[in-house]
Amino acid sequence: MDAILLQILNGLDKGSAYALIALGLTLIFGTLGVVNFAHGALFMIGAFCSVTLQRILTLSVETIDETKKDFLGNPLKVKTPYVEQWFGPETGQAIIDWSVPLAILFAIPVMLLIGFIMERGLIKHFYKRPHADQILVTFGLAIVLQEVVKYFYGANPIPTPAPQAFVGSFDFAPLLGLDTSLAYPYWRLVYFGFSTLIIAAVFAFLQFTTFGMVVRAGMADRETVGLLGIDIDRRFTIMFGIAAAVAGLAGVMYAPINSPNYHMGMDFLVLSFVVVVVGGMGSLPGAVLAGFLLGILESLASMNEIKSIIYGIDQIIIYVVAIVILLVRPRGLMGRRGVMEE
Amino acid sequence: MSFTKLTRRGLIQTGAVAGAGLALPTYLRAENHAGFTNAPTGSTVTLGFNVPQTGPYAEEGLDELRAQELAVEHLNGGGDGGMMNTFSSKALKGNGILGKKVEYVTGDTQTKSDAARASAKSMIEKDGAVMINGGSSSGVAVAVQDLCQSAGVIFMAGLTHANDTTGKDRKANGFRHFFNAYMSAAALAPVLKNAYGSERRAYHLTADYNWGWTQQESIAAATEAMGWETVENVLTPLASTDFSSYIAPVLNSGADVLVLNHYGGNMVNSLTNAVQFGLLDKEVNGKKFEIVVPLYSELMAAGAGANVQGVIGSMNWNWQLQDEGSKAFTKSFGEKYGRPPSNSAHTCYVQTLLYADAVERAGSFNPCAVVEALEGYEFDGLGNGPTLYRADDHQCFKDVLVMKGAENPTNEYDTLEIVEQTPRAQVEYAPDHPMFAGGDLGKCNPGA
Repeated sequence: MDAILLQILNGLDKGSAYALIALGLTLIFGTLGVVNFAHGALFMIGAFCSVTLQRILTLSVETIDETKKDFLGNPLKVKTPYVEQWFGPETGQAIIDWSVPLAILFAIPVMLLIGFIMERGLIKHFYKRPHADQILVTFGLAIVLQEVVKYFYGANPIPTPAPQAFVGSFDFAPLLGLDTSLAYPYWRLVYFGFSTLIIAAVFAFLQFTTFGMVVRAGMADRETVGLLGIDIDRRFTIMFGIAAAVAGLAGVMYAPINSPNYHMGMDFLVLSFVVVVVGGMGSLPGAVLAGFLLGILESLASMNEIKSIIYGIDQIIIYVVAIVILLVRPRGLMGRRGVMEE
Repeated sequence: MSFTKLTRRGLIQTGAVAGAGLALPTYLRAENHAGFTNAPTGSTVTLGFNVPQTGPYAEEGLDELRAQELAVEHLNGGGDGGMMNTFSSKALKGNGILGKKVEYVTGDTQTKSDAARASAKSMIEKDGAVMINGGSSSGVAVAVQDLCQSAGVIFMAGLTHANDTTGKDRKANGFRHFFNAYMSAAALAPVLKNAYGSERRAYHLTADYNWGWTQQESIAAATEAMGWETVENVLTPLASTDFSSYIAPVLNSGADVLVLNHYGGNMVNSLTNAVQFGLLDKEVNGKKFEIVVPLYSELMAAGAGANVQGVIGSMNWNWQLQDEGSKAFTKSFGEKYGRPPSNSAHTCYVQTLLYADAVERAGSFNPCAVVEALEGYEFDGLGNGPTLYRADDHQCFKDVLVMKGAENPTNEYDTLEIVEQTPRAQVEYAPDHPMFAGGDLGKCNPGA
C-alpha cells in the first residue's frame, strides 16, 4: 500500500511537468492551430533561466590567496560573489541560495519575449501551411535552440540546487498512520503546488477576464470574432507568449529536480504530445487530466512488482494507455468534435 | 557481321583477364603494395580521433580531443613533451612517428554505434587513417573495434568500461588502456568493507544495457564475496531522466546501501534524485544509509554538484595523482587549456603515445607489427604505476583509484578526492575468468 502511495506521489510531480508542457502546447494549438514541436525547447530554456540567474548572482571578483595553490601549483584565485560584497556574506549567500525561485521573476519577461519573437518571426508564416510543415519548422527550431544552449552552456548537466530550506523530505507515514516510510522530497512537493497554481491561474485568466473570454471565443470561431472588429491575431500572439511562459516556468522550477542539460526538452516533448492527444486535441482540461493520469501510470508501472510481471512495461505504459484510450475514445478523454478532423 | 560462339572455356578465360585487369589498379595502390591498409607513403601519417562531439557526452569528447591534439603536438616535438619525458620507453624522439609528421582527422561518434562506425569508416577509407582512437561508450568501442579489425587498422579504445570490450568482444586489432567493471569492483570491495562494514544490504539500480549489466554483475559478485547481501537489482531504461519512481521503493526495501550502476547523465540524475529523497540522511538496520557509484568521471561529478559529497566510486586515473607522469601531463594539459584533464582525456593521450611508441619499436606501421609490439608490453611513467598490456586479451593492468566526493571542495575542479590507489595485483584476473569468457582475439588483420 505504501509503495502504491509513494508512486502516486511520484506520478503527481511527473504529471505536473507533463501537464504544464501539454497545457502550453494545447493553448498554442487551440488558438493558432500550430503543432509546436519547439515547445520542449521552451521548457529547457526555462530551466536555463534558473542556471543563468544562478550564474549572474555568482559573478565574482577574484582575489589571490598566496597560502593556497591551484591544480598547477600557482597561487589560488579565490572568487567572492559581488552580491556577498554588496550585501554581506550572509545576505549574499541567501540571495544565491534562492536563485531558483528568484528565477521565476527573471524567466517571465524572458519567456514572453522569446514567445513573441518565435511567433512573429517564424511561426506566423506557417499558419496556413499543412501541419507537416509546421512540425518540420518547429522541430528544426527546437534543434537550433538546443545547439545554441549547448554552445553557451556545454553538454554537461549543470547542478542548480533548490534553496536549503527545501532540502530533505517530508514523511507522510505518521500522518496516514503507516509504520513504514512515506518520505517525499520537499522540492517535489513545492513543484506540484507551483504547477497547480500555474494551471489554476491560466484557467482563471481564460475564464474570468475579458481577454480570456475573447480568446476562448476566438478558439471556438476565429472568423466571427474577427468580423466583430476584434484583433484576434494580436490576442493569439499574446497567448503564444503566455504558453511559452508557462513552459518556461515549468522548466525554471524543474531545474533542482534534475540538473538542466541542453537535451532535456526533447525528453519531455514526445511524452507531452502523447498527453495532448490522450487529453483531446485543443482541450485544456483534457491536457491537465491526461498529464497527471499518465504521470501516475508511468510511476506505477515502474514498480518492481509490476515490472516482474511484464518486463519493460515502464517504458511503454504511456503508449499502451494512449492506444487503448484512442481506440475507445478516438477524440481523446475530453476532445471536441471538429478539432483536427476533416 | 559475324558472331563468335561463346564457349565455357572462353568465358573463363575472358573472366580471368577482366578480373586481373580490374585488380591491377588496386594492386598498384601504395596501401596494398606495402601489404597493409593505409600504409603511409609520404612525409606524414594520419591518425583518426573518433570522439563524441555532439550528444550527451560531447564535453567528455571535447576533453578527449584536447588530449589527442596535445599528444600529436608532443609527438611532433611541440610543447613541453608532457608524458614523453616520463615514459619508460625512450623510443619517441619528438620527430613524429618513424620520422613522419603526425596529422590527424576527427570523427563524431555521437555516442551511437552506427554513427561511430560510419565516422571511423570514413576516416579509414577517405582520410587514410592508420589508427583510430577515442570514444566514451562501450557500445561504441565494441562496434568500432569490430570495424577496425575488419578494415585492418589498429583501434586504441578510449573510455570503455564494460568487461566485454576485452572479454567476449575482444579483437586482435583492439587495445584497451582504460580499466573495466571487474577491476572497479575488485578495487572498491575492500574499501567499502572498511568504510561500511561487512554486513550490508545493497539495492542496485542498473542501466539496462551492456555496460550496466557487466558493472552490476561485477560489483554484486565482489561485495557478496565480502559478506554483503544483494537485496534487489532493478534495471532502469537508458533513456530515463527522472529516477524518483525507481528510488522511492528503496526506502522500504530494507537495504542500507544503494549502488548506482549508472554513468553520465543517468548517474547525475539518479544520484541527485537519491539525495533529494534524503537517503543519505537515513539510518536503516542501525546503520547510516550509503550510496556507491562504481564508475566516476570528473565531468559527471561536476554535473551532480554537492550531491557527490562523501559518495565512494572508482576511476581509471585522476589529475591529483602525484607520480611524475601524472604531474607532467596535468601541467602540460593545464597550461594549454586552463583546466585539469579528465580521466577520459588521460586514457586517449596515453593510448596515442602507446601506439606511436609501438610503431617506433616495431619499426613499422603494419598493424600486425604494432600488435606484436604492444602484446605483453610492460611500461611505466604514464600514470598509475607499472602497467602491463596483457597479450591474452589486450587489456591494460595497472593500479586503480578509489575516489570519494570531496567533502569541502575549494574550487570548481575539486569535486573528487583519492581514497586509495589500489595495487594492480588486487585487480588482476585470469584471462579465462567467467565474466570475460566467450571471446577470442583471433588473428591480427593487416588489411590489404
